[in-house]
Amino acid sequence: MTTVEHFAEGRAPVSACPACAVVPSAERIAAMRAERDGRIMLSLPLAHGAACIATVESALSAVPGVRSARVNLTRKRVSVEAAPGVTPAQLIAVLAGEGHEAHELDPGLLSSTETDRQGRDLLMRLGVAFFSMMNVMLLSVAVWSGAEDATRDLFHWISAAIALPTVVFAGQPFFKSAWASLRAGRLGMDVPISLALILASSISVYETWMSGHHAYFDAAVMLAFFLLLGRYLDHRTRAIARSAAEELAALEVPRAIVLLDGVEVETAISLVVAGDTVLVRPGARMPVDGVVLTGASEVDRSLLTGESLPVQAQPGTVVSAGEVNLTGPLTLRVLAAGKESSLHQMADLVAVAEGAKTRYTSLADRAAGLYSPLVHILSFSAFGYWMWATGGDVRYAINISAAVLIITCPCALGLAVPAVITSASGKLFRKGLLIKHGTALERLAEVDTVVFDKTGTLTMGVPEPVALADHPPQVLALAAALAAGSSHPLARALAEGAAALGIEAVAVTDLREVPGYGIEGAWQGTRIRLGRADWCGATAIAQTATYLAVGGQTHAFAFTDRPRPGASEAVTALQAVGLRIELLSGDAEAPVRDLALRLGITDWRAGVLPAEKAARVAELSAAGRKVLMVGDGLNDTAALVAAHVSISPATALDAARVASDIVLLGQDMAPIADAVRIGRQSARRMVENFVISGGYNVIAVPLALVGLATPLAAALAMSLSSITVSINAMRLK
Amino acid sequence: MEILAILIPVSLFLGGIGLAAFFWAMKTKQFDDPEGDAQRILTKEFDDKPRQ
Repeated sequence: MTTVEHFAEGRAPVSACPACAVVPSAERIAAMRAERDGRIMLSLPLAHGAACIATVESALSAVPGVRSARVNLTRKRVSVEAAPGVTPAQLIAVLAGEGHEAHELDPGLLSSTETDRQGRDLLMRLGVAFFSMMNVMLLSVAVWSGAEDATRDLFHWISAAIALPTVVFAGQPFFKSAWASLRAGRLGMDVPISLALILASSISVYETWMSGHHAYFDAAVMLAFFLLLGRYLDHRTRAIARSAAEELAALEVPRAIVLLDGVEVETAISLVVAGDTVLVRPGARMPVDGVVLTGASEVDRSLLTGESLPVQAQPGTVVSAGEVNLTGPLTLRVLAAGKESSLHQMADLVAVAEGAKTRYTSLADRAAGLYSPLVHILSFSAFGYWMWATGGDVRYAINISAAVLIITCPCALGLAVPAVITSASGKLFRKGLLIKHGTALERLAEVDTVVFDKTGTLTMGVPEPVALADHPPQVLALAAALAAGSSHPLARALAEGAAALGIEAVAVTDLREVPGYGIEGAWQGTRIRLGRADWCGATAIAQTATYLAVGGQTHAFAFTDRPRPGASEAVTALQAVGLRIELLSGDAEAPVRDLALRLGITDWRAGVLPAEKAARVAELSAAGRKVLMVGDGLNDTAALVAAHVSISPATALDAARVASDIVLLGQDMAPIADAVRIGRQSARRMVENFVISGGYNVIAVPLALVGLATPLAAALAMSLSSITVSINAMRLK
Repeated sequence: MEILAILIPVSLFLGGIGLAAFFWAMKTKQFDDPEGDAQRILTKEFDDKPRQ
């Protein structure tokens, strides 16, 4: 206890603001209450249909203090403008009364999806490019079908009037990124694109001025349109994933109950400072790092360490943010809150490591790396050759080199990857997988080893009694009677298991739960207990278990962790496609071995520390293996970041979800096998798309080099290759 | 060919109206909740007078 005190004293000044100490608590209470003003966001996961909108909006508007309520059915949310007195809990209760499930969302975390500025900006440019493309094409068709002299010139001038402003406006995303990559000394994909746009426009203006036959205004706007389409698809896929990921994060509203002068105030964690007293109710997650002041309970540390067995907590025990309080209420003195808490520091570490993950060069980047220099060389050598061959005809030579740049049609290249990713992400989203990272699918395709975490990943983190029927019915009836009086996970599982066997609980009087130990009662004059081994006078067995003491006799009920639905299907399917599977768990040996046997995993390790997990993943990577890491806890985050690609379930800690590339939204694990299959397919489609767009170039570029390419040929090559590439992307199954 | 002097401005003007409508729709966030808007026309609420 003394060391803990010392630790607390030493830590407090770091995070406590000096002003907080002098602010009287009445004012702090007011400040904490005022924080929740204004807009309330609720998630409506099951909302559908017009009737739902009407009932939700009218029910919420009828609540006194609510100014307006608006349902967004696409995002399945309702946003409420309300007076300060209205609490989310109150609104959730009102909706529950109407038969609608609702959850509170943290509006602060959702702000970026509410105003998708970048998406709207791209869409606006796309719309403008589309309008110009259609109008310029109309005029170009007239020219191609034989408009002559003054008419042709007039049409070219009108095209110029439409196309030039469009290229300036719609081409900005490309110009900006081309400029950025040039300044960084790289030759990105956007450099030839920008060059093609600028060269095509300026050469066409010159040709029009000189009453020339060919103008490439249509090619310039078409190029802008198709490339913007690829950009927009890419952006939208990412925005959808980001919005879903943010929604998961926003569902965990960071709230804490602070005790100020004996008054309970519910407030945002950001307002809690070290030295405050915080109340944590049973079933709630610890909001802060702290030391227990009063109360006795058990805490579930599985998300932090992977241990499936709860740990006892009593005054003096140090707890970390993220652990779950199981049985009794605890009051904590805060050691570190918010950004200082161990949970947050871990998340920060992950954010740093995230940056390192970008070292993977995507297929698109590799293609651009090959493509950009080649196009520039071709175009410049065409210019040089025709300068020499025509004896210095600059106009002709520039025309040819512009035609080469335009006809190499990077538009198909620009669509090749986004079209596949959009199609694959959509398919996987419907199966319950959220692709968070753009290159996750390509990396998934390369995977040859899968490393699983146990608790919370392959298992649900929910205990299940083992061989319950082996116990005498009389004993079970007693155990069930005691278990019914507790909300401890083991007790609940025992009560459910007994009920499933058709055992009726006997009447037990004087039920009393002793937080942190178990539950006791009186039956036929004798005292009976259900709980920890030492408290019941039993000898502990190697497995997770709870113990029943009746008179002098004790009985042990062993538990195992229930495997996640689809876990064995996923493991079998992954083994069938030739992947090596490993199980690394922080839990004790017996439960890990049982699960490995049950799922048919031969490589398993128990009692693995977080750093060892990451080290094992790094060791596999160093041996040339591409590792897929699947995990949910804080102890997995380092390994998730170190792996080639990573998946975490939606129930995982925020830090783990942030660290992973793919989030499994449902409970079922089987989609992981689908993800690997679709990932491999997508990588194949991407390569095919590059081959297709390359193929068009093989035909078109020689034509352009010898000066036979016309604007009509450029328009045909561009649109045909873009359409073929999109259709190929949709072949994913 | 004089007809072009009328037809081209007309076609550009009509296209321009479409573009202006698209700009207006983007600016007033008409694409924020496509699913909800499709469902909302089915309710009888606000049929007689618009929402205040």
